[in-house]
Amino acid sequence: MIAVKRSKQSVLRTNNSVDLFLTVIRVVSLIVIALGLLLFFIEQIRGTALNGDAPLTGGAIRGLFVTGVSQGAMYGLIALGYSMVYGVLGFINFAHGEVFMAGAMSAWITSNILFDNGMWEGGFSFIIALLIVLLVAIVVSTLATILIERIAYRPRRESPRLIPLITSIVVSFFMQNAVLGLFGPASKTLPAPPSWMSDSYTFLEIEGTKILVMVIAAISMAGLWVFVERTKTGKAMRAVAEDKEIAALMGIDVNRTIVTTFAVGGAMAGVAGVLWGLLFRGVSSQTGFLPGIKAFTAAVIGGVGNLGGSMAGGLILGVAESVGPLLILKPMTIPAVSQLKDAVAFAVLVLVLLFKPTGLFGERLASEDRA
Amino acid sequence: MSDRTPLLEFKEINTHYGAVHILKDVNLAIYPGELVCLLGGNASGKSTTLKTLLGMVKPTSGDVILDGEVVNEKPISYRVERGVTMVPENRRLFKRLSVKENLELGAYLRTDKAKIAEDLERIYDMFPRVKERLSQRAGTLSGGEQQMVAMGRALMSSPRVLLMDEPSMGLAPALVETNFELIQQIHAEGVAIFMVEQNANMALSIADRGWVLQTGKVVLDDTADALLQNPELRASYLGEAESH
Ligand SMILES: Nc1ncnc2c1ncn2[C@@H]1O[C@H](COP(=O)(O)OP(=O)(O)O)[C@@H](O)[C@H]1O
Ligand SMILES: [Mg+2]
Repeated sequence: MIAVKRSKQSVLRTNNSVDLFLTVIRVVSLIVIALGLLLFFIEQIRGTALNGDAPLTGGAIRGLFVTGVSQGAMYGLIALGYSMVYGVLGFINFAHGEVFMAGAMSAWITSNILFDNGMWEGGFSFIIALLIVLLVAIVVSTLATILIERIAYRPRRESPRLIPLITSIVVSFFMQNAVLGLFGPASKTLPAPPSWMSDSYTFLEIEGTKILVMVIAAISMAGLWVFVERTKTGKAMRAVAEDKEIAALMGIDVNRTIVTTFAVGGAMAGVAGVLWGLLFRGVSSQTGFLPGIKAFTAAVIGGVGNLGGSMAGGLILGVAESVGPLLILKPMTIPAVSQLKDAVAFAVLVLVLLFKPTGLFGERLASEDRA
Repeated sequence: MSDRTPLLEFKEINTHYGAVHILKDVNLAIYPGELVCLLGGNASGKSTTLKTLLGMVKPTSGDVILDGEVVNEKPISYRVERGVTMVPENRRLFKRLSVKENLELGAYLRTDKAKIAEDLERIYDMFPRVKERLSQRAGTLSGGEQQMVAMGRALMSSPRVLLMDEPSMGLAPALVETNFELIQQIHAEGVAIFMVEQNANMALSIADRGWVLQTGKVVLDDTADALLQNPELRASYLGEAESH
């Protein structure tokens, strides 16, 4: 609440030592970013970096952006699930990363079966195969999340919000270990996609895989938007998110609407799981952890509870972690910047919250208990 | 009146929140087309009465009867489908949804599309101000406009009885009167009204009958005229010094 109240005041006003401290951090972080960018431009103009290395080429920079956007789209899809459940029940479902992992695991299994049957190649047959993989992943993740809601969260619906939050962490560990026990610790590999997928296309020279990832993500997000904004069920979902008692007074079945919300979030995570498989091809029981945390971060950056914000947050995070290390940190001659991808991702979160505690597109939340 | 079946009825209703006993052996009956009111001080159980009628709160004993059928175990939607609805305390619009969406949600359980469109037009006629603001978020409306949308939303369920929880609360004094006129207008169209009010004088002046609730017990049950004359009530609720 304190943070929320502060957002009403000017960012640069200093009332007390805490505000002064925050202001100093805000200014320092802006200076670091500005300095990094300045050095980047200098090295581009000079043709050498400060430490004598060759500067990034235009093609490399473009590649970083494309990678960022495609991974960011995946984060955005996962982030939607955090956001929707938070909107409706007011807690962060930390098992959502594992729902994503379940989708990715199913993609590994389905794609290998299709590969064995010779469908994971060619043009048309590969697209059909991919659609089957997507469908299976959506079903698996949706069922997983519906089961979790029914078994773990519904009995705790009336408890303080911290209880389902902690329950979700437990579910997350349970799922990781269940998958570990079932499939072992070794990373599983999806079969290589047909060669046309790794070719580059358009004047931007984007890799086929990444085009496909972006297209699938865009279609999913558009579909979700239509569902939430244009259908009766979507309207009911938004009503339940705002006021369950009055939603019930309208005759809305609140329980069923909550299940639908989980299911839709799960479906998006399933799609994201397939995208992960396409981008990285390696899947294990640990796959859900970091992307899950990053998607949660993306949701907070965008303003948790706000669906457009979650998608935008995902893209911002994806681009920032891809571009940031080489564009801002490397020119300052910081060593081994490519290791700092994750640190940059979370630094973006800190930065956004420093300037806008409710997230970029967030609104002040009602004073209900939320965790 | 007693030869007709009440639309909505309480028989010996007791309601608890946890261990706290709120409604105590409450009996009441609302007949089709009536305008009745429920008076009582703060925390006397007025809102709980409305919520129990709708099924938002379950009674611990006694029967809620709708058209002669015991509906204790039926969900809210069952009653809404049969023409019971409420304008809740403080209006409680879906503030982040558009005005249009709020109205549409009122008709959530209805499937008669043509009739819904017709009712929507009727509400636009009733509240031209609302029609101008259909795409606006409901939370951005003024208090008076929100009251119109709340009434419109309730009417969109095509109710036979409208429960109203303190409809004049939080309205500017000038609007309170308009609001009462509106309630009379809705009543004139044949909708029964069951109104909870702190504004006892005004409520009784338009009502047929009324009940007075005191710490969960019905202490007075009479015609509106008789209640207006009741010395006890005049002292506690109608006196100018008293305000709740
Ligand atoms: N959900 C609830 N849980 C526990 N107590 C409640 C709840 N709602 C109301 N109460 C209590 O029940 C009593 C009656 O409340 P209510 O019916 O709202 O009174 P009124 O509408 O007449 O002011 C009050 O003491 C109130 O604090
Ligand atoms: Mg009340």
